[in-house]
Amino acid sequence: MDESEGRPVDRRGFIRDAAVGAAAFATPGKLMAEQPESSHAHETGHGHGHDHDHDHQDVPPDIALRVRALESVLVEKGMVGSAALDQIVDTYENRIGPRNGAEVVARAWVDPAYRERLLADGTAAIGELGYLGGQGEHMKVVANTPEVHNLVVCTLCSCYPWPTLGLPPVWYKSAPFRARAVIEPRAVLSEFGLDVPEDVEVRVWDSTAEIRYLVLPERPAGTEDMTEEELAGIVSRDSMIGVARVEAPSGGDR
Amino acid sequence: MNTIHDMGGMDGFGPIEPEENEPVFHHRWEGRVYALTRAVGPWGRGREWPSFRYTLESIPPVEYLSMSYYERWFRMMTTRLLVSGLISETELETGYPDPGTPRPELLPASNTGGPGAGLLDMDVPARFAPNDQVRARNLHPRGHTRQPRYVRGRQGTVVEDYGVYALQDTDEEGRRPLDRRPQHVYSVRFEARELWGERAAAGDAIYVDLWEDYMEPA
Repeated sequence: MDESEGRPVDRRGFIRDAAVGAAAFATPGKLMAEQPESSHAHETGHGHGHDHDHDHQDVPPDIALRVRALESVLVEKGMVGSAALDQIVDTYENRIGPRNGAEVVARAWVDPAYRERLLADGTAAIGELGYLGGQGEHMKVVANTPEVHNLVVCTLCSCYPWPTLGLPPVWYKSAPFRARAVIEPRAVLSEFGLDVPEDVEVRVWDSTAEIRYLVLPERPAGTEDMTEEELAGIVSRDSMIGVARVEAPSGGDR
Repeated sequence: MNTIHDMGGMDGFGPIEPEENEPVFHHRWEGRVYALTRAVGPWGRGREWPSFRYTLESIPPVEYLSMSYYERWFRMMTTRLLVSGLISETELETGYPDPGTPRPELLPASNTGGPGAGLLDMDVPARFAPNDQVRARNLHPRGHTRQPRYVRGRQGTVVEDYGVYALQDTDEEGRRPLDRRPQHVYSVRFEARELWGERAAAGDAIYVDLWEDYMEPA
């Protein structure tokens, strides 16, 4: 197949246009405003033929550029809107994250009846706080105790409770974690600085279906006087995946 | 399918490398890939739209391992858009719509699509119950499956019945079978030593969520 045949503009042309609207790298809305104009300039202006002493082979097959090209074409075809994309990115960068899960944990620590509901029906209890949604419609909460330590993994992919923890960190999605968590969880936990005593049972939860898992870590000693909000502030993302304990804050203010 | 995504129990990948204060997206393009993947979803309705997981798993193993997470998503998304005819190779390459081609239209959901991935409010008899001894069937489908290799042929104990879900397995071209057979999904506990022998600590356990079709009485 000859890809250049009948094609209005090559990738180099696209890059040139993209560079014209340099500000568009920061503000995609501006790119979209300018795109039809640049596109028009291409059809009537430079056309084919020139610059082919530097054809698109010297353009790096840069992933950022390929993604920009895809977004641009989907926007021009009316399939997606840049503002909607911005909003999705903003949601996961700024609005949905492990603070949600930390609120769930802190509530369970201060309210025994909530804890009971949370462990019996994680979906309903997390729903009370409003933290259900995509990749967190069906929730199971597993409690760490002096006898049991829980660890969550997705060996097949990257399943993770988005509404309570946000999007997963790279290590959670990485081959070493996915491969090792099920065969040598204690070695994995050791790498995170968490040595689980021999008489504590390690339970690994492989998220293979549509249920998503959240670990309810143990409330550390020395936090008896803390408020629910203060407690939420010390619950880490890693403790809710099961690769860390929650530590009481050190220092003099308490 | 038996390929590299099914990683549970493999050696050789080295240490886990957590990053301090990791950003949600490391590059702007990663966020765009994430958002685009979600935003184009409705366009797959009524079209040939390969399964998300199947398409990721179909990336050849050598490439899969050399790609970053969102590079795989980008490959997956563009594959879907190309297979469904929503974009052309030229459009993907140039960033401009092919002149003269009509804008695609959103189609209504196909009435053969069957139930979604979530919990179904259906009265389906449960074949197993908590405390039942079961064995993961020795299945090796060429399409997508949620039964990880490391449990196949191994014995475990049903811990909880999670209710009725449609099977998510696909045929070998990534299309879901028309009959997605709603069935119970169970949490099944496998003793670590049943899976990994002496390498595992006695008393530790792996809990795997299995559709009924993946199981048989032990």
